Amino acid sequence: MSEFLRAYLTVAVFAAFAGLLIAGVLGLSRLIRPNRPTPQKLLTYESGVDPVGSGFSQSQVRYYIFALLFVMFDVEAVFIFPWAMRLELYQVFGLVEMAVFIVILVFGLVYAWRKGVLRWV
Amino acid sequence: MGDPLFNNGFDLGVVLIVLVKSLIGFTFVMVGVIFMIWFERKVIADMQNRIGPNRAGPFGLLQTLADGIKLIFKEDLRPDRADPLVFRLAPYLSVAPAFLTFCIVPIGGVFTSGQDGSVHLFGHTTYLQVADPPIGVLFLLAMSSIGVYGVMLAGWSSGSKYPLLGAVRASAQMVSYEAALGLSVVTVILMTGSLSTHDIVATQAGRFLDWNLVTTAVVPFVIFSIAACAELNRPPFDLVEAEQELVGGFHTEYSSIRFGMFYLAEFMNTITMSAIIVTLFLGGPSGPVLFGPQQIWPLVWFTLKLLGFLFGFVWLRATLPRFRYDQLMDLGWKGLIPASLVWLILVAVIRVGNDQDWPRVVGPLVGLGVAGAVFLLLLGALRTSATRRHDEAEVGS
Repeated sequence: MSEFLRAYLTVAVFAAFAGLLIAGVLGLSRLIRPNRPTPQKLLTYESGVDPVGSGFSQSQVRYYIFALLFVMFDVEAVFIFPWAMRLELYQVFGLVEMAVFIVILVFGLVYAWRKGVLRWV
Repeated sequence: MGDPLFNNGFDLGVVLIVLVKSLIGFTFVMVGVIFMIWFERKVIADMQNRIGPNRAGPFGLLQTLADGIKLIFKEDLRPDRADPLVFRLAPYLSVAPAFLTFCIVPIGGVFTSGQDGSVHLFGHTTYLQVADPPIGVLFLLAMSSIGVYGVMLAGWSSGSKYPLLGAVRASAQMVSYEAALGLSVVTVILMTGSLSTHDIVATQAGRFLDWNLVTTAVVPFVIFSIAACAELNRPPFDLVEAEQELVGGFHTEYSSIRFGMFYLAEFMNTITMSAIIVTLFLGGPSGPVLFGPQQIWPLVWFTLKLLGFLFGFVWLRATLPRFRYDQLMDLGWKGLIPASLVWLILVAVIRVGNDQDWPRVVGPLVGLGVAGAVFLLLLGALRTSATRRHDEAEVGS
């Protein structure tokens, strides 16, 4: 096993513990719980009346726009984290470069703001 | 770099230590969750002038256990319209990340007077944390991203309206605050120069002034705490399960122990996130050794700081009313994200200034300049946005 992977061995073991815990509890419950389904029990909840229409309905486009904006900031994290680790190496050069990058990023946010995308009403 | 446990090859001792560490971490989280649920209910009850759980065990300590056993015995319902596979998968996706995040938290170890926080066990040297992967903090961000899947898929797969609404709300909220969360962590990494949580704790050892809370000047800590609270979907950010509007939110259709899993994940997340805040900003296990054996005190300090945060989260829940959704989005995108970007530049300037021996005033001056420029830009955007809204309103009327 390579040195890089070894560091994740404990993580994998810990993940196995997590999986065992969940599977164990759910399995135990499956063994001992009652199971008497009736048609009423299998309906989805809708304030006490029979559900109308499908549950997989459309939702507002705003959520989607925020997801797109998030992608912008998440991709940016890909660049910022390595830079933050090695700033001592690049010093002023690194600082100026990142300042330019962040200013461009802020322009993106400002554009979205001006367009009223961040407005939620 | 990395846990010294694996430096001298593999043998039975290493395997044993890995197992023991996982077991200790597992116990810590599980016992922590059981008492956290009791603690929250008891403290909330005190703050609301009620008695709270007091029947099961002394002071109601076993209440959580009783609830868990009750849930295991309950019938499990899966609606006809639900997507069977995803419906079953979602609890795993919710609990496992909450659990896994804990493995990067250093819970003890002496870091002062030349020691690097390692302990000797079965003839091996290791750190007092379950794992120390080189990506460290990124692991936290990755896990909280996977946690979003758990919530989103649970709501979507139910095939019901309220859960779906709760799920899209939850994922929009969580991704929004994840950006602020990541950006405020960057300042800590700037100060440490490493992603590993062990290194982050090691650089904060010793004096109080070395804590990242002080070296990054409090603001990233505040941003991180608010964003963490929103990530956890805890009040005042619990729009995900706003009972008055959404019934139970994304887990409305879940019953029996499957519901219990989401409940468990919520409290696990609270504990691990508090532990992460302590690790990143409050020096983790660092603190003075008063008397007795050296190894005990870091554990005590870590637990005390953790308890402080857990109490803080409960206090917030008892005190603050819930945000409205537009207020929530405003706080995230117009408040926290610009603030953390500005602070990132400021900390970077101070960091480089320290290395280059610039005069002391440069850092704050540049910071003020950047903050002013960003403020002006945002003010412009705000006015444009307001004018447009005004125009639209006139056209509409």
